[in-house]
Amino acid sequence: MTEQLTILLVVIPLLSAPITAIFKNHLLTWAITLSVSIVCFAISGVILAEVIDGKHVIYELGGWRPPWGIEYKIDSLNAFIALIVSGIAVVSGIFSFRSAPSEIDTTQSGLFYAAFQLCLLGLLGIALTGDIFNLFVFLEISSLSSYALISMGRKRQALTASFAYLILGTIGATFFLIGVGFLYAASGSLNIADIAERFSSFEDMQLVVTAFIFILLGIALKAAIFPLHSWLPNAYGFAPSTVSIFLSATATKVSIYVLLRVLFDLYPIAYWQELLIPQLLLVLGCVGVIYGSVRAWQQVEIKRLLAFSSVAQIGYIVIGIALLTETGLTAAVLHLFNHAIIKATLFIGAGILVYRANSTKLSDLRGFGASMPWTFFAMAFAGLSLIGVPGTVGFVTKWYLLEAAIQQSKWIVVGAIVIGSVFAIAYVWKIVEALYFNSKRKIHIQHVKSGDINIPSASKSMGLALWLGAIACLYFGLFTNIPFNAANAVAKALLGM
Amino acid sequence: MELSYVLMLTILLPIFGAVVISKLGKVPNIREGVTLLTALSLFTLNIYLLIHQQDAIQAGFIVAEPIDGLAISFAFNAFGVMFALIASGLWIATSIYAMGYMRAHKESHQTRFYTLFAVAIAGVMAVAYSENLFTLFIFYEFLTISTYPLVTHSGNRDAKRGGRKYILILMGSSILFFLPAMIITWYTAGSLEFVQGGILKGSLDSAYVLPLLLLFILGISKAGVMPLHRWLPSAMVAPTPVSALLHAVAVVKAGVFSVVKVVVFIFGTDFITASDANDLLILLPAFTIIAASLIALTKDNLKERLAYSTISQLSYIVLGAMIANQLAIVGASMHIAMHAFAKIALFFAAGAILVTTHKKYVSQLDGLGRQMPITFTIFTVGSLSIIGLPFFGGMWSKWYLLSGGIQFEGSQFVYWIILITLSVSSMLNIFYLLSIPMKAFFTVPSNEKTHIKEAPIACLIGMAIPTAMTIYLFFDPSVFYTLSQTLVG
Amino acid sequence: MLEYVAGHVNYWLIIVVMMVGLYTLISRTNLMKKLAGLAMFQTAVILFYVSLGKVKDGTVPIVDDAYEIYSNPLPQVLMLTAIVVGVATTALGFALVIRIKESYDSIEEDEINKLDQDA
Repeated sequence: MTEQLTILLVVIPLLSAPITAIFKNHLLTWAITLSVSIVCFAISGVILAEVIDGKHVIYELGGWRPPWGIEYKIDSLNAFIALIVSGIAVVSGIFSFRSAPSEIDTTQSGLFYAAFQLCLLGLLGIALTGDIFNLFVFLEISSLSSYALISMGRKRQALTASFAYLILGTIGATFFLIGVGFLYAASGSLNIADIAERFSSFEDMQLVVTAFIFILLGIALKAAIFPLHSWLPNAYGFAPSTVSIFLSATATKVSIYVLLRVLFDLYPIAYWQELLIPQLLLVLGCVGVIYGSVRAWQQVEIKRLLAFSSVAQIGYIVIGIALLTETGLTAAVLHLFNHAIIKATLFIGAGILVYRANSTKLSDLRGFGASMPWTFFAMAFAGLSLIGVPGTVGFVTKWYLLEAAIQQSKWIVVGAIVIGSVFAIAYVWKIVEALYFNSKRKIHIQHVKSGDINIPSASKSMGLALWLGAIACLYFGLFTNIPFNAANAVAKALLGM
Repeated sequence: MELSYVLMLTILLPIFGAVVISKLGKVPNIREGVTLLTALSLFTLNIYLLIHQQDAIQAGFIVAEPIDGLAISFAFNAFGVMFALIASGLWIATSIYAMGYMRAHKESHQTRFYTLFAVAIAGVMAVAYSENLFTLFIFYEFLTISTYPLVTHSGNRDAKRGGRKYILILMGSSILFFLPAMIITWYTAGSLEFVQGGILKGSLDSAYVLPLLLLFILGISKAGVMPLHRWLPSAMVAPTPVSALLHAVAVVKAGVFSVVKVVVFIFGTDFITASDANDLLILLPAFTIIAASLIALTKDNLKERLAYSTISQLSYIVLGAMIANQLAIVGASMHIAMHAFAKIALFFAAGAILVTTHKKYVSQLDGLGRQMPITFTIFTVGSLSIIGLPFFGGMWSKWYLLSGGIQFEGSQFVYWIILITLSVSSMLNIFYLLSIPMKAFFTVPSNEKTHIKEAPIACLIGMAIPTAMTIYLFFDPSVFYTLSQTLVG
Repeated sequence: MLEYVAGHVNYWLIIVVMMVGLYTLISRTNLMKKLAGLAMFQTAVILFYVSLGKVKDGTVPIVDDAYEIYSNPLPQVLMLTAIVVGVATTALGFALVIRIKESYDSIEEDEINKLDQDA
């Protein structure tokens, strides 16, 4: 029964997306999208419950036996990622009810939601498939739809941001494709499990290293790992709010997932350890953490600030992976989950501010905390999670990450992590200060003076989405069993323990 | 079992109070009545725990376990009850004082002020009753965040700048040093429980005591040890009741409380003295004591002078903890109490001067003593207690600290440093504190025209309580002495 | 050596096409030319895959008793998908260029950047 469910995760959005594209009614298209997301979320939950204790769910597409046919092989990592992606889709779906009409022309809402569903489909597909070429196809489905989604931002910079992302994203994907080609030439197979199984028979070929480097570069571009992150700040900064929320919490995470699969399942660990990849990733992670945090601190626009903070947070995940221990990997996988929650919450908050104030500049948002205390409070709380204040989700990952670095006496890494966190205080506090302190001059909201009745107040659906996120930040910071056990199971499976 | 609920209530009651207070913005009298009532009930609860401390040893409860083996849990402990008693007792005095002050000073956002004050007190209670270092760390951070809006209460540029420094130094140092130190401890000892005699002995090489303890001292920057002390003068932009209770008692004492806890229950005093780590580490608080006193001498702003005096006095406690013998630890612990009563009286007096005369510089106080005799008498009493003269509680803690210093068994050089520091700093205290009431009483003011009356009656009552306590504690310090004794077994 | 070079002539040509594409992509400021470079770059990869599948003396993979050696059909099938992806990317890119032209009145990258900075 569960086998059939897995394919539904991909098939449902695939079928509903073209249907959605036909309609122009916002309410209808929104309802379809939200229900699709909820169904996917429920299915992911069922699957995760099935596989969390080490079982696998296998689905063979069209009944073809692997390695000839495409196979979906679900273990705890796949299901975990699918759950994050569909969960965030639900939250951003709730948020978009009021936000999308204010940012996107209503005649386009059908197309917007269709692209959203395609993006969801692509990301879920990446998370499920066990075939590396199929993975490329899903990667491109999600990327193409996200280029379209980003370009729908209200400012014209959204177009250039989207174009730059398209160029870099396609280069990344093509690199990935070249790598897959080399690997296929060496192994004669596209099935990840099959390649891994027969790896020793062709590991001496020069092709295999070349393939590895190409694949790694391609993914690093898609995952915005420092220094290949240049597309990210503009893309997330200028995208419509709903899209920023969804992509910031999922797109890079799914790419990191691919990285995990390639590093731990496709290639044997010992193989790339010899290539000094862990050291390289460690350095990139540390530099990325500091660079991202400093740049975030320098920003004057809230969405770009959050986007640069994502670069830093990806650095934390990369550090966790590169430490190559159970604790480190657990921290990395846990941070996939935790950062998704935190960033989604913060981008929802930013979205509410955009909705109300029509601006993302911090200087335009002065004193907003007073008129919308609940939004301010939730955002401040999510900000504290980003810093890693105890009692929040961010703290839990930071703890395990530091523990992993200390276990190996890597003091420079410890230093990078904590210095990054100190900068995180600085940039989170920029937001807090801007919202908390009143400005001397009257604020103009959508060209109307503050306090005027013509200003739309944040709607209930936005508040609901925001508080879902904020409460998740607190709940999973205190009661860590569910995400921790899942992340730990994943880490053990990846390390073959 | 029943006592566990009392313990839980000490943390929940201020939170509950805060919720009620936040709803009473329209009726200031009832709002402040509720504040006072909450403070009184909280104090009663802590007294109840003190009386039943024999049975309360078992009391405790767990909230959650975010990390395997590390729970957010609370338990009764004698040192904690002492801290909780001081904080909740002085909250009563502060509430009375604040009624007079906030109204006379026409502060805005008073409801937010009272609400967040109660929240901060809840944080203090949680710090006091933390069962392990992990819980303590969580509420240490909580305290930083919850007091931020109080520090920046006025919302002007100074407040914003001060607040930024406050949050960045306090939270930054705790993440930069405290958190790694804690994880290293967790990794080596496999536990973060507070255990008499420490948990690190046997698992940590004694060569690493020095760096690890240094990390803790730097990380717990609420204790105000230099060079991470700058947040405290910055925090003086807050309204006086906040400076008085939070930045002379609750927040800074949470810092030194944590230092003492770490020294006694994580490292264990024997382990520290055996490793000789304290020989070097003593120099840090010793330097802070002298340097902060000297800086205080140069400060004309009254509240800033008091802030530097606090920094200097806090380092007495850290010094006591670093000397790490029985007498010094008792002295350090008692100094938490004695300094609290005296310093809060000084801050209240400073606030009373500000609210009636709008003067905040020492140089403006000439001759004010004749117009405000009660205020300046209280100021004098507070100063004398801090200097450590007889008939005031401050004498006892200095007595034990000095005795501890004399019994110090480390290097001869450090031994003399301790003694010289303690005596020189008392002299400096006389200069920078006692000179203020002297000026007020004995200098003839330049113009006699202004008619200045005493501060509002609520302020005077609020001030009188801690002042009376300083005198009372000279004659009967037994409560705090017995509680401090439990630290050394 | 010469044999190695001559034997892999198809790969050398593919590399040339790929580099021309990549160079155009990086060096041009005109967005249309960038897209052209991108398309060339992708085409080179498609050629690469097709070359991979070719087996020496092999024939079309339709089973017949007359033939023993067949070329590998899989890479060509894969490339059908890749071509679709490539077309979609280019089409989307064109759409973006049109929109950029509408709102900036230029498709030169440096001019657009200048317009953004002035704004």
